[in-house]
Amino acid sequence: MLTQQQLPLSPELGKSYIKQCYNSDKAALAFIAMAVSYLLLGLTFGVLGSLQYLLPKFLNNYLTFQKTRPLHVYLAISWIFTAAQGGLYYYLPRLSNRKLFWLQGAWIHFALQLLTSLAIITAFFMGYFGGREYLEFPPFMGIFIAISWLPFAINFFGTISPQFKTAPVYYFSWTIGIVFFYITLSESYLWVFDHFNNNVTRDITVQWKALGSMVGSWNMLVYGTSLYIMEQLKGDKKISRSPIAFFFFFLGFTNLMFNWGHHTYIVPAAPWVKTVAYVISMTELLIFGQILFQFRKTISNTLKYYYSIPFRLLSFADIWIFLNLGAAIAISIPAINFYTHGTHITVAHAMGTTIGINTMLLFASIFYILQQQKPGALNQKSSWIGKGVLITNISLILFWTSLIGSGLVKISARLENKAFAVMMKNCEPFFKIFAISGIGILIGLAILIVTVLALVFKKEHNLPLHIDSNSLVEMETEL
Amino acid sequence: MTKIIIACFLFISFVVYSGFIYTRGTANNIKLSGSEQKMIAHGKQIYQQYNCQACHQIYGLGGYLGPDLTTAWSDPQRGKYLIKAMLISGGNRMPAFQFNNEQTEAIIAYLKYVDTTATSLKPRIRQELH
Ligand code: HEC
Ligand code: HEM
Repeated sequence: MLTQQQLPLSPELGKSYIKQCYNSDKAALAFIAMAVSYLLLGLTFGVLGSLQYLLPKFLNNYLTFQKTRPLHVYLAISWIFTAAQGGLYYYLPRLSNRKLFWLQGAWIHFALQLLTSLAIITAFFMGYFGGREYLEFPPFMGIFIAISWLPFAINFFGTISPQFKTAPVYYFSWTIGIVFFYITLSESYLWVFDHFNNNVTRDITVQWKALGSMVGSWNMLVYGTSLYIMEQLKGDKKISRSPIAFFFFFLGFTNLMFNWGHHTYIVPAAPWVKTVAYVISMTELLIFGQILFQFRKTISNTLKYYYSIPFRLLSFADIWIFLNLGAAIAISIPAINFYTHGTHITVAHAMGTTIGINTMLLFASIFYILQQQKPGALNQKSSWIGKGVLITNISLILFWTSLIGSGLVKISARLENKAFAVMMKNCEPFFKIFAISGIGILIGLAILIVTVLALVFKKEHNLPLHIDSNSLVEMETEL
Repeated sequence: MTKIIIACFLFISFVVYSGFIYTRGTANNIKLSGSEQKMIAHGKQIYQQYNCQACHQIYGLGGYLGPDLTTAWSDPQRGKYLIKAMLISGGNRMPAFQFNNEQTEAIIAYLKYVDTTATSLKPRIRQELH
């Protein structure tokens, strides 16, 4: 028997909603707490790394850039996929109207992920490396990651068991996200075979290919989540089943598989690799056009729902999608890419998207969940959250611009054939803005992180009206 | 059903394309003797073990605190001796790894090999400079 009770009017959307509790919600919240902890640690190492750009001798005995960079990048990436996984543990039972397929599996996943990340962080501190971009830990640890994702994959497919005919587009995004995570993780370890390892052209090309698509696979998890939240916020189930939504899904999927090539323009692979890369990259113009087309609607929606925290975060993400996609299309043009490749413009793109888009969307998802689970407490913190979001976005504008600025300095130094040391000296003003705005991002996001942790651990006075072990929904609460 | 067909079609294209990338798309015709190959592999292994890529790029892949090393070997401003000096005693930001002779030679062999593959890069750079 279902025991649900309507809550008073939702402060956010002006309509009443039903608070549902599933027995897997605790696991979802635990994942969220783990994810924001990764983010806080990752940001700290990012700031230390940026200070090493300015102060050559800063921490150069024990914690050199050789360690701070992998710590930062690994933790930043872990934040992204862990927050997405936490969201899915929360949404899956609600979408399918049934309990999570394997509750213990979620906790096993949690334990494995925690142990894996502790092992990887320890390895970095002790100076054990695998020395591959993004996967800088010793190679055998890749197996731990693959294993830790297994219970998640089982839970995902076990819980939704989709009916493809009527499935909304985000089912497809999530499925592709999980399947391609495995494919690309395996692909990024092909170098252990001599066929790949002994040929640098092949090794680098395959590495870009695997990493480019791996980033695409997390994006599928994150974008799927944002589509779902958008649907819930607007209360319109048609959008995510419309042909246009599927058209853009398939375009995104094609880009996930083939778009990595613009990273390899300077690698001496066969010319057709570049042609394919270029053509595929340009299909992103369609996505860009679509965003432009929707802009007015987006703005009017933003104004309408500005008081809703998740909506505000989604709107900021929209702006960053626009800016980063524009920049990405520009640097996919070979004549431009020749100059920008290997400069901080690439870093601007990497962090512009991971902070501006992924991080904003994931916080939207987290606050959407907390709004349902701890509405009272969240309401009290909303002005703090607003400040954190604003500080982050203003700092990010400076951060992004400073990285593009130092990229431009590097290009001009290259053209004038200046030595590396001279180029670094010329970049210094930009590195200063980079480090200071990085601290701004740390402060802005720390406000959000601390708020999330406080809310996750806060007990809202829930009065269990009825507990029935066979029901989907275990209890209902009063504010 | 159409959706499944499109998804399968795209996925099959991906598999076929990957096959080409793993073979013909990235073939190179540099001939190396067995001992050279061993030395290069050893150099690459050291490069990975010490996580040089946190600070250096090869073909643009890696961190940005240090210079790109793809063409360090043939660059008139850098070359073998600077590489050697740097590997032993470090620089302003580059850590002093104090590699022994055998390790230094292996890393140099690897960087030299990378440099010889960089045909796509060198004529373009020269063109741009002149
Ligand atoms: C902490 C960052 C860092 C790490 C790790 C690092 N390097 Fe460097 N490396 C630099 C910097 C920065 C320079 C430029 C000189 C300077 O400012 O010290 C440099 C210069 C060099 C040079 C000289 C070429 C040039 O263009 O100046 C070579 C060769 C080199 N590094 C090889 C390596 C190898 C091989 C490893 C791994 C065993 C390595 N580096 C690890 C930062 C690093
Ligand atoms: C949500 C927050 C953040 C995320 C998700 C993130 C993500 C990333 C990623 C993916 C990279 C790899 C870029 C590449 O080389 O392709 C990177 C590099 C880096 N990030 Fe961040 N970052 C975040 C915040 C910050 C902050 C606040 C700082 C502080 C200044 C910072 C400093 C750096 C530095 C120094 C690098 C290395 C650049 C290099 O390769 O030389 N990051 N980050």
